Amino acid sequence: MGRIQLKQVTKKFGDVEVIPPLDLTIEDGEFAVFVGPSGCGKSTLLRLIAGLEDITTGQIEIDGTDATNVPPAKRGLAMVFQSYALYPHMSVRKNIAFPLRMAKMEQAEIDKRVEAAASVLNLTDYLDRRPGQLSGGQRQRVAIGRAIVREPAAFLFDEPLSNLDAALRVGMRMEISELHEKLATTMIYVTHDQVEAMTMADKIVVLQAGVIEQVGSPLELYRAPRNLFVAGFIGSPKMNFIEGPEAAKHDAHTIGVRPEHIAVSDSEGLWSGVVGVSEHLGSDTFFHVHDTGLAETITVRADGEVGFRHGDRIHLTPRADVIHRFDAQGLRIA
Amino acid sequence: MATQHSRSAARIMMAPAVFVLLVWMLVPLTMTLYFSFKKYLPLRGGDLGWVGFDNYVRFVTSSAFWPAVQTTLVIVGGVLLITVVLGILLALLLDQPMWGQGVVRILVIAPFFVMPTVSALVWKNMFMDPVNGLFAHLWRFFGAEPVSWLSDASLASIIMIVSWQWLPFATLILLTAIQSLDSEQLEAAEMDGAPPLKRFYHIILPHMSRAITIVILIQTIFLLAIFAEIFVTTGGAFGTRTLTYLIYQRVLESQNVGLGSAGGVYAIILANIVALFLMRIVGKNLDA
Ligand SMILES: Nc1ncnc2c1ncn2[C@@H]1O[C@H](COP(=O)(O)OP(=O)(O)OP(=O)(O)O)[C@@H](O)[C@H]1O
Ligand SMILES: [Mg+2]
Repeated sequence: MGRIQLKQVTKKFGDVEVIPPLDLTIEDGEFAVFVGPSGCGKSTLLRLIAGLEDITTGQIEIDGTDATNVPPAKRGLAMVFQSYALYPHMSVRKNIAFPLRMAKMEQAEIDKRVEAAASVLNLTDYLDRRPGQLSGGQRQRVAIGRAIVREPAAFLFDEPLSNLDAALRVGMRMEISELHEKLATTMIYVTHDQVEAMTMADKIVVLQAGVIEQVGSPLELYRAPRNLFVAGFIGSPKMNFIEGPEAAKHDAHTIGVRPEHIAVSDSEGLWSGVVGVSEHLGSDTFFHVHDTGLAETITVRADGEVGFRHGDRIHLTPRADVIHRFDAQGLRIA
Repeated sequence: MATQHSRSAARIMMAPAVFVLLVWMLVPLTMTLYFSFKKYLPLRGGDLGWVGFDNYVRFVTSSAFWPAVQTTLVIVGGVLLITVVLGILLALLLDQPMWGQGVVRILVIAPFFVMPTVSALVWKNMFMDPVNGLFAHLWRFFGAEPVSWLSDASLASIIMIVSWQWLPFATLILLTAIQSLDSEQLEAAEMDGAPPLKRFYHIILPHMSRAITIVILIQTIFLLAIFAEIFVTTGGAFGTRTLTYLIYQRVLESQNVGLGSAGGVYAIILANIVALFLMRIVGKNLDA
């Protein structure tokens, strides 16, 4: 069980208010992802939930009971740190067993649980090694192993994949998602990578400067971003924002069009421009188009086979049904 | 130092320094070795010829030898115990964020800058003097009979003085070790349910183990040679005659240079055994 509820939580470091009053509920079994730019308070929020930092005002409830003043060890949460924080002088087996030893569990039970965790995480062959003798991905799995043996009410991950290379990151992403399917335990996952957020989350919490900009499922955020910040943050490449007369045609201060929602043609279209930089990914190609008569450079995503080159004239047509409209305050117009 | 050329150039440039160091070390060493095989009594006939290993046998079989070894071990062991234990506690304390941290750290290091002779004299005259010492006043204030520290508790007094001198060194090294500990490890242990004492035992202490070994070895080398503290306080009386002090007495008080030199060679061997361990541990530290 792991329903986590923050009520009017604030956090100040000295005079600096890092988290202004914030309300948030994470349901039992949910995979919640906190995303936001660097320094927006994601780690701080996670550490407040873990109990590693004291909250300044407000209340944290875990499973309906007030946990505001409960020490970290008693909250029943497990955390996986960005640096893994493995104990370097202990073997993998001892690392994973550490929380159980601290809980004074019987040795036979400890062995059983460690073996079980190791087989889930493919660590059985490495149990007698030290962390220093493991690769980054293996260390990451040991850190997760140390978290799962405790059977916590919820897992907290702070950017656990940021030290891994791209290929490994994709692999570990799947493993963590699978683990969540298997354990069905609440997980809170911090990242600044919106791809991780989109692929893993049941619920995404977008933060900026300690303020929650929007909470919702990945597709909700993609389809109906509540404001310009969320619209720009979710989706890759970034949404095109167009102001001025073109936006006025739609009765908006700003309109947003995603690169994947623009059709390209060599003969006709709503806007016409010149191809600047093009990024070929094989499956897709991203064209950065300028001189369209709009103030902004427009990014479009086309099929990988589309063969425009630098300097070519290109015609663009946005799909009318997926144009996002925003008012002067940057808020979405329904 | 990639090429053959630059390597030989480096050797040539290092040569004068190496030469000076070698002469500096080798001359006294050879002279000590030379005298240790001679019967040499400067005031009683001078050089009386070669005697083989006579001096070595006599030094070890003299009635003063084993008590001196024991005294040395007690002092070295006692000082190590006190400095390491208190050093760890002080380092833990100094690692906490507190008001006036910078000043407190400098104050803690201060005793290290006081010369051994001076600090021993200060302790002897200002603290341990049975009539005017601060301790005597303190004892009298509580109605107790003042202790004549340096004659009744001579060994303990010397251990106290030397520990006071070496505590800053231990604290400093251990403090840097504590500060190099990743705070996330401690937080992870906290979340894993380890209370402060267990965090200390399972995380902090193993992290400091190498620093502790280095403190022990470096201090051992220096503590084997303490002299000034004994010279100015008890003069080797009241069971405070260490190996170093015994050698000094043989050479200067009994004017037996040969016997003293043989003792000196024993001391060199002992110090080198410790140094060997030190090199290996420091070397391993650099490899890792
Ligand atoms: N101990 C502290 N004392 C003072 N300010 C702090 C402290 N810890 C964090 N902050 C400030 O709080 C803000 C949020 O920090 P936090 O570590 O939560 O950011 P983050 O969202 O995790 O960023 P990143 O993605 O770079 O990890 C930052 O502006 C940071 O400078
Ligand atoms: Mg962070």
